[in-house]
Amino acid sequence: MKYVDEFRDPKAARRLIDEIAVLLDRIPAAKQRPLQIMEFCGGHTHTIFRYGIEQMLPGRIELVHGPGCPVCVLPMGRVDDCVALAERPDVIFATFGDAMRVPGSKKSLLQAKADGADIRMVYSPLDALELARRNPDRQVIFFGLGFETTMPSTALTVLQAQRENRDNFSLFCNHITTVPTIKAILDSPDMQLDGFLAPGHVSMVVGEGPFEFVADTYKKPIVITGFEPLDIVQSLWMVIRQLAEGRCEVENQYARVVPKQGNPAGLDAIHQVFELREFFEWRGLGSIDHSGVKMRDAFARFDAERKFAVPNLKIADPKSCQCGEVLKGVIRPWECKVFGGTCTPETPLGALMVSSEGACAAYYNFGNLPELLAKRNDKQRHEASA
Amino acid sequence: MSASNTAAKPRLKGKTITLAHGAGGKAMRDLINDVFVDGFANETLAALEDQARISLDSLNALGGTLAMTTDSYVVDPLFFPGGDIGKLAVAGTVNDLAVGGAVPLYLTCGMIIEEGFAVDDLRRIVASMKATADAAGVKIVTGDTKVVHKGAADKLFINTAGVGVIPHGIDIRTQRARAGDVVIINGYVGDHGAAIADARGDMALESHIETDCCALNGLIAAMLDVCPDIHCLRDATRGGIATVLNEFADASDTCIRIREEALPVRAEVRGLSELLGLDPLYLANEGKLVAIVPADASAKVLSAMQAHPAGEHSAIIGHVVEAPHGSVILETGFGGERIVDMLVGEQLPRIC
Repeated sequence: MKYVDEFRDPKAARRLIDEIAVLLDRIPAAKQRPLQIMEFCGGHTHTIFRYGIEQMLPGRIELVHGPGCPVCVLPMGRVDDCVALAERPDVIFATFGDAMRVPGSKKSLLQAKADGADIRMVYSPLDALELARRNPDRQVIFFGLGFETTMPSTALTVLQAQRENRDNFSLFCNHITTVPTIKAILDSPDMQLDGFLAPGHVSMVVGEGPFEFVADTYKKPIVITGFEPLDIVQSLWMVIRQLAEGRCEVENQYARVVPKQGNPAGLDAIHQVFELREFFEWRGLGSIDHSGVKMRDAFARFDAERKFAVPNLKIADPKSCQCGEVLKGVIRPWECKVFGGTCTPETPLGALMVSSEGACAAYYNFGNLPELLAKRNDKQRHEASA
Repeated sequence: MSASNTAAKPRLKGKTITLAHGAGGKAMRDLINDVFVDGFANETLAALEDQARISLDSLNALGGTLAMTTDSYVVDPLFFPGGDIGKLAVAGTVNDLAVGGAVPLYLTCGMIIEEGFAVDDLRRIVASMKATADAAGVKIVTGDTKVVHKGAADKLFINTAGVGVIPHGIDIRTQRARAGDVVIINGYVGDHGAAIADARGDMALESHIETDCCALNGLIAAMLDVCPDIHCLRDATRGGIATVLNEFADASDTCIRIREEALPVRAEVRGLSELLGLDPLYLANEGKLVAIVPADASAKVLSAMQAHPAGEHSAIIGHVVEAPHGSVILETGFGGERIVDMLVGEQLPRIC
C-alpha cells in the first residue's frame, strides 16, 4: 500500500537497530541494567507486539507499556454507570466497539446488550448523532472516551447537536488527558524510566509544547512517535541517541502528521465544550488530579451525567491485580501474580488485559504464554526461597 | 417441505410470506411447490416424501466412509457483494464435506422465515442455492419450512445438512500435521469478512470488496488427484486462517510457522483492516482452505491448485516444525515474529 509499505521496510529497521546497539555502548547506564523506555500510547503497544519489535531490539532495551489505552484504564464504576444508562428503556447507548468488552463490577456492555439493552456500536460520535436524528422518540447517549485524539470529534459533535437544538442526544463524558498522567508516572517514587515515546495522535491535536516538561523538569528524553513499525524503531533510536549524547529534549519523529503547534481548530472545539475535572479515577492507577474532562455548564443539556441519574459508585480494583506496578514499569506484565491464571482476555480482572492495546493482553495474545508463565513461576520460587 | 401434493403449477399468491405459509395447509403447499420444488428442481425432492431416498449401492460405489455435516446460516445482510445467504448455505456445507476428502452428494435445506419476508427475495435466494448446488454437483433433496412471527427471527435463517462419501485411501485429519510439512492456502484471505463489513454500510468505502464464497470440492478433488496423502485440510470460515492453523497445531502437537509476506491479502482488505484495527488473519472467509501437505508433494499440489479457478492465487505460506508445541508463529514482514493465538470473542474495532 502506498504510504504504508515504506514504513514497514525490514532493511531500514535492521540498520536502525544496528545503530541503536552502537549507541548503547556509549551510555554508561545501559551497561548496568537494561534501559527502560515507555511507550505511553496503546496504539504503539499494539504495533510493537503486532510486528514483533521487542524481540528485534538489543536486550539492553526494555519497553515499558504505559497506560495509554483509554479503554484499559476505564474504572469499573464508570463501566457500571454505562450499563445503568444503557439499560434505561428509553435509551439507545452508542459506543466504540472495543469498549464493549470492558468488565464492570457486574457486567460488560456486551453482556448488557445480550440482556436486552439497546447498545449500538458506532465508528464516530457523528454516527451517534445520526442515530438521534433517526430515533427522535429515543434518548441517544454517546459514550465519549479517549485522550485528546478523540476529544475534538466528540466536541464538534456536541457543538453540532447544539446547532440542531437536538434534545435527544447527550454525551457520557469519560475523556481523559495525557499530560497529568505522564506526570503522575514520573512522580511515582518507584519510577525507573529512562525515556518516553510520546503519543502521536494526541500530539497531532495538542502539539509538541505540552510534553516539554518531561525534558525540562524531569530530564527525560521524549520523542513524539508515529504508529508504523519503522516509526517506533526510529523513535527508539532517537531516544537512545539523546541518551548517548547526554541530551533530553522533545523531538518530533512524527512531523509528517504532527505540527509543532498542534491543531488549533481541534483545541478550540475541546476548550469550548470541555473543562478539566478536579479528579478522575484510572483503573490501576487510582485518582489522578485534573486527568479527565467534563462538559462545561453551557452544555449541561447534552451531559448524560446531569440529564440522567447515574450510580457513580467507586469500585475498587481487584486486590490481586498489579496493574499499577506494570504501568509504571516496576514489573513486567507476565510477572503479575494473576497474569494468565485468573486474569485472561476472556475473563480480564485488570485494566491491561481488557483491550487488545493493553500490555497484558498483548503479552497474552502475542507472546509465548507457556514460556512467560514458566519464567514468572521461576521468579516467584526464587523470591520465596530468598 | 413435508407436504404431500404432486401439483406442480405455481400458485403462490401475495408478495410476502405470512404465518399461513408455515401453517401446514394449502398456502404452505403452494409455497413449497412453487418456490422450493420448482427452484431446486430434482426428482428426489419432487417426489415430496417425508424423507429423501438414496440407494446404498450408489454410495458404496464411491467409497467406504459416509460423511455428514450440518451448518446454520444467519448472515446479515442477506445479500452482499458477490453472494447471498443461499450461496453461502450451499457452498459452506459442501466445503465442510469436501475438506474431509468427501465427495459431496446431497444436501437438506431448512428455512426459518420471518413473517413479512418478500417472496421475490426468497425466490432469488433459492435460485442462488440451486445455481451453487449445480456448480458443485450436489442436489438439495429434502427440507423443512418454518415461518415465525415478526421479530422472532432476523428475516431468514437457513440450515443445510450434507451427505457425502469419502473414497478409500483418503485420511485427512487435523492430527496429521508433521514437522517438515508445507502449509498452502488457495488465495486471498479475509475477503468475506471485509465484504460483509462493507455491505453493512458502516464505513462508506470507495472500493467494494466481494465475498470469496464458493464451493471448494472441485479444487479439493484436483488436489487429491495429485496427492491423495494430504495430511490436513480445513476451510477457514469464522475465526479466519488463524483459527484453522491453531486447530492444526493443537491437534497435531506441532508448531506452524507462517510468513506474513507470503500471505495473500488484497490491498482493499488490508486497507479496511488497518482502518478498523482488525487483523486479516482472523477475518472470515467462505472460499478459502488451508492445506497441510507432505513437503515432497507441495510443488505439484500448488500447481494443481493454481490451475483451478478456485485456487489461481494459491500460495505456500509456511511450514510445520516441532516446537513450541501447539503454537502458531507469524514471521512478520518487518523482521520480527509473534504468536498467532485463537481469537478471544469477536474482533472489535479499536477506538483509535
